[in-house]
Amino acid sequence: MSQQENNIVYTQKNLPSKLLTIGVVILIVGLVLAGASYLIDPVRASFNSLISMMFGLSVGLGILFIIGLEHLTGAVWSVPFRRVAEYLGGILYIVPILAIPVFLNMHGVFSWSDPAVIAKDHVLQGKVPYLNTGFFYIRFALAFIVLWFFFTMFKRNSIKMDSNPSESYVKSSKILSAVMMPFFAIFTTIMAVDWLMSVVPRWFSTIFGVYYFAGSFLAGLGALTLVVIMLNKRGYLAKGLGGDNYYSLGAFMFAITNFWSYIAFSQYMLIWYANLPEETFWFIPRLHTSWVWMTAGLPLIKFIIPYIFILSQPSKKDPKRLTIAAIMIMFGHYYDLFWLVMPAYHKEGFFFSWNELAFPILLIGATITYFAIVTKNKNLIPVNDPKLPQGINFHL
Amino acid sequence: MQEKVLYAMSALFDTPDAIIQAAESVQKAGYKKFDVNTPYPVHGMDNAMKLKPSTLGYFAFIIGIFGAIMAVAGMGYLTGVDYPNVMGGKPFFALPAFIPITFEVTVLSASVATVVIMIAFFFKLPNNSHPVHNTEYMKNVSDDKFGVLVEAKDAMFDAAKVEDLFRSLGASRIIPIYYDLEDIRTVGNIFRPKFVLFLAIVVFVSAGLTYGVLNRLLFIPPFTWMVYQPRVNAQQKSNMFADGSGMRNPVDGTVARGWMPYRYSGKPDEAGLNLVNPLIPNTHTLDLGKKNFDVYCSPCHGYLAKGDSRLRGQFPNPPTLHSDKVRNWTDGRIYAVITDGQNSMPSYSRLVSPSDRWAVILYIRELQRALNAKQEDLK
Ligand code: HEC
Repeated sequence: MSQQENNIVYTQKNLPSKLLTIGVVILIVGLVLAGASYLIDPVRASFNSLISMMFGLSVGLGILFIIGLEHLTGAVWSVPFRRVAEYLGGILYIVPILAIPVFLNMHGVFSWSDPAVIAKDHVLQGKVPYLNTGFFYIRFALAFIVLWFFFTMFKRNSIKMDSNPSESYVKSSKILSAVMMPFFAIFTTIMAVDWLMSVVPRWFSTIFGVYYFAGSFLAGLGALTLVVIMLNKRGYLAKGLGGDNYYSLGAFMFAITNFWSYIAFSQYMLIWYANLPEETFWFIPRLHTSWVWMTAGLPLIKFIIPYIFILSQPSKKDPKRLTIAAIMIMFGHYYDLFWLVMPAYHKEGFFFSWNELAFPILLIGATITYFAIVTKNKNLIPVNDPKLPQGINFHL
Repeated sequence: MQEKVLYAMSALFDTPDAIIQAAESVQKAGYKKFDVNTPYPVHGMDNAMKLKPSTLGYFAFIIGIFGAIMAVAGMGYLTGVDYPNVMGGKPFFALPAFIPITFEVTVLSASVATVVIMIAFFFKLPNNSHPVHNTEYMKNVSDDKFGVLVEAKDAMFDAAKVEDLFRSLGASRIIPIYYDLEDIRTVGNIFRPKFVLFLAIVVFVSAGLTYGVLNRLLFIPPFTWMVYQPRVNAQQKSNMFADGSGMRNPVDGTVARGWMPYRYSGKPDEAGLNLVNPLIPNTHTLDLGKKNFDVYCSPCHGYLAKGDSRLRGQFPNPPTLHSDKVRNWTDGRIYAVITDGQNSMPSYSRLVSPSDRWAVILYIRELQRALNAKQEDLK
């Protein structure tokens, strides 16, 4: 309770080797399914791959943001989880691979990349200075280079501190986090606009970047919470974690659930109110075909159910309920991305089959495999972080 | 002098850790009526004092829900039932537009109600004073010390024992707190005449000042208000113009909305040359024409415009409209007859609107064509 008894009880343990096997198996199943689905219909597979990529990117962005936020604000509650975040956020290294199917089917996924389409559409001609393939690739590369840079730097500083507990790393991470924030905002927006909004190239919504950011924050939190609880339950993290640390994760999930809903509703309401044909047409397939059921489910799955579920204080502390909430929130984000993208591929109505499951399985497998490999013989908490004792004894 | 009455024993500690420990120990010792005062919220204190989670949240929740329902129901009733108005082409019950307001009302009602309920029920209304006010203890804990006190009302209270406990915890100072004798008599009484009078004065003075500032002071020059700028109101005198009238006559030749002057009065031939039927024959215009013809023209001209009047000789029978003359007339020429009348036929300009007149003419053309069909019409 008090700071005199601040011994951190932590022993470095390896994750069970089973984890790697599980990861590889899922990865192979995912690869086979994804390959088959690509052979059946490359464009559809590319759309699915795009969704999975954006989901993986969301998790990475969310986690990167949480790490940055911790350094920037000097938060202590999340310090004991930070190392997990630093390994899990490595998903950022994986996701660009999922862009490959899209690059092979640019015309099918992004109609603006097709000169024949541009020639017929004077609105798209006006967007050519931004929406052209060359610049698109450059932005993609730039976004990942910048995100990788910051992520890698945070991780390096943190790991170096394990052997050399020097305040200078804390300071350098702090400065880094402040520098990162504007870049983070710009590249999150760019990725959202390029990869999600531009699948319907004529459509635009100025709030879209924030929309994707809110969802990303949720996905990152969900993934982090899920992994942290699974590890902590089995004793891989420091002893004494839980309670108010969990509560903070829960409160964060609750807050961002509200934030996402606020943004999502703002976007919908402004378009509904202004009723401009160049904006409303995006909602027409989503409201006037069988997609409408998915549209109706979105506020339910991404707002109402998680909201009620995480509302009460005990449910923010109970690891079981938090686990369910985390899974729900991640599912909600995938659902959201599917809803954002897929009507562009198939305006006529809702559809779903094993094809749509292939890429998520692939992503999950790849993430587990990656996590199992990088955490081998490594500390799962930042053992020498000066804020760690406070973080473990965190009380609201 | 009366003997002092003890309110509580209090102790001061120097660090937040010490106060947490102290709170835990006091709680473990079994005291119920104890409290902790710190210069800032100390993390983990709820747990150390074993405070039950507050039930205030449930009140906030229920009242928030109530506010949300009231907002939706209120707006739905007003704009959907009681006074439906088309606004921006949206449905009367425009749910998306209600949501921001519902949100605001929910937050407002929940927060206001929470504060009111907290003060009224959880704090049981404020007192004028409290024994810890104006004591050494309060001075310290509102500065840099952390204090804990055990009330004398506690069932287990024994001043010496409490003091021992505090001492064993390493308190830096132990201070007994006594009731202010004045307070004992008046504690819990916010309805003292003096106090009520004071409140009344505060209310009157502040309300009077507010009124004076907002309604009087702000209108004394140099404060100017756009509403009160010099301007001409309708139907009022103005010295701007020589005739002293504020309102001006329209420029010559101004035409009222929805009314077009007829320039060919008494010049039917000129009308025939210049006017063109603006309508095209279709089911709508022909229906309109038939309706007007049957109402206004058929009594004299007959349903088929053959001049077979239903007036039975009470009025000179009009000629047939199927004569070569009328068939060769332009639409404009017939328009002139309807507008001006012709000999014994009166003007129909008051009864039949210009566009209806043109529709009637279309219908007459149809009748003429029906009785004098061309060869190709039969195909
Ligand atoms: C009160 C009976 C009456 C009504 C109603 C009436 N008319 Fe006539 N109309 C006459 C008479 C009588 C004449 C013949 C006037 C004359 O001697 O030149 C006439 C003449 C005309 C003529 C000229 C025929 C010609 O050969 O010179 C036209 C065209 C005509 N009417 C159209 C109409 C139309 C169209 C209406 C309906 C808006 C109408 N009238 C309503 C009594 C009527």
